[in-house]
Amino acid sequence: MKRHALSTRLWHWVNLVCVVVLFMSGLTISNAHRLLYWGDWGFSSSQAWLEVPRFPDWMTIPGYYDLALARDWHILTAWPFALGLLFMWAAMLLNRHFRRDIATARSEWRWPAIREDILRHLKLDFDHGDGKYNFLQKLAYGLVLGVFLPMMVFTGLAISPGIEPVLGWMVDLLGGRQSARSLHFIFAFALFGFFLVHLALVLLSGPVKQVGAMITGGRSDEA
Amino acid sequence: MKRRGFLAVMGAAFVAGCNKIAESETGSRLLGAAEGWHKSAHRFLQDRKALAPEFPRSAVSPYFRGNGSVDPQNGDYPAQAANGFADWRLEVRGLVETPLSLSLDNIRRLPQRTQVTRHDCVEGWSAIGEWTGPQLSVLLDAARLKPEAKFIVFRCADNLNGQDYYESVDLIDAYHPQTIVAHLLNGEPLPIRNGAPLRMRIERQLGYKHAKYLTAIEAVASLDDIGGGKGGYWEDRAGYQWYAGI
Repeated sequence: MKRHALSTRLWHWVNLVCVVVLFMSGLTISNAHRLLYWGDWGFSSSQAWLEVPRFPDWMTIPGYYDLALARDWHILTAWPFALGLLFMWAAMLLNRHFRRDIATARSEWRWPAIREDILRHLKLDFDHGDGKYNFLQKLAYGLVLGVFLPMMVFTGLAISPGIEPVLGWMVDLLGGRQSARSLHFIFAFALFGFFLVHLALVLLSGPVKQVGAMITGGRSDEA
Repeated sequence: MKRRGFLAVMGAAFVAGCNKIAESETGSRLLGAAEGWHKSAHRFLQDRKALAPEFPRSAVSPYFRGNGSVDPQNGDYPAQAANGFADWRLEVRGLVETPLSLSLDNIRRLPQRTQVTRHDCVEGWSAIGEWTGPQLSVLLDAARLKPEAKFIVFRCADNLNGQDYYESVDLIDAYHPQTIVAHLLNGEPLPIRNGAPLRMRIERQLGYKHAKYLTAIEAVASLDDIGGGKGGYWEDRAGYQWYAGI
């Protein structure tokens, strides 16, 4: 048996490209109006809870300020991103990847064990015995797949004026359009944080083997 | 620092690759097509008459921000404004059986719709206002659209950066119950920054569709020969999406 299923590997790389394009084009969109608000409305700094810094051009797609082109990239990539996430959830539930590897058991939520896990991470000791992922990994992947990525889709839909006549209840649930826009931004940066930690841990735990396994599938006994 | 440098180099290479794709024929066609996919999905999911949310009067923002033209100085607009827009005419023309030319008084005497809605700018901000005016469908029915009419073009008095502002919608949005020709904001005649004396409200789309300083409503079969051919001022000038429900 392979360490990573084909569905996981395909989704992982397609999703990576999508998330990077969405994030970098999103920074251009953020530059168009750098204030975030709570509630239904807001248009000036007196209503804002945060003034976002201006993101330099090198961080953005298309590399210079062009709101229309950034929006084109954003709304194009939103399709494979959202449909890909739906596919990954279907695949994870069907091949039991979610239940077997990601869902945590109640017994794992014990502070001594969690503390032990954190200490081992800090000592860069990634050698863990039974089970594919340790508790912190399960928690991180579960949060990303179950909360951060879906929330990007829901908050993104909620700021779309053509969707609101259909999903108005969802906009209300998120606290209004400007709250949804703020949450879209917050979850985007939560994902960026995950991206940095994930990248760092891959680099620290044998990048060639790790990246290779995510491409070829690897072997289950070298987990 | 080294890791940050690595990310920056990767980022720059990625942007260069994206721009190569955007410049290619397939890439640019794909980027343009996404707008249509969203429009089709929205139209599939929404009822034709599904309403944008309406708010209680108490939700109105204390001030309604203006954007784009906020004080037109071209043509006879300043003179009209000084005169309280007493001689303003709104034409309904193009592919219609009976062209109309309406005074503000004519417009005020039509059946009115009042709606408290949220205005969403493409840049990201929102403001809530109460708008009053006749439904566009009332004007179009009075002028009787010819069957070949497919789009409604909104002509505006303001000239922005050397080009006359205009916008357009298809007949689904033109006949939407919340699509009104507004002459009141929060019960008062429109302020100049918000489009005095008349502006469109296209509530299921972003702010740049809501043409201000409205002078004419024109029924056409195609947008190709209007302005730059993309259906609106910002669409022509900056490549904004014609379907602005996204």
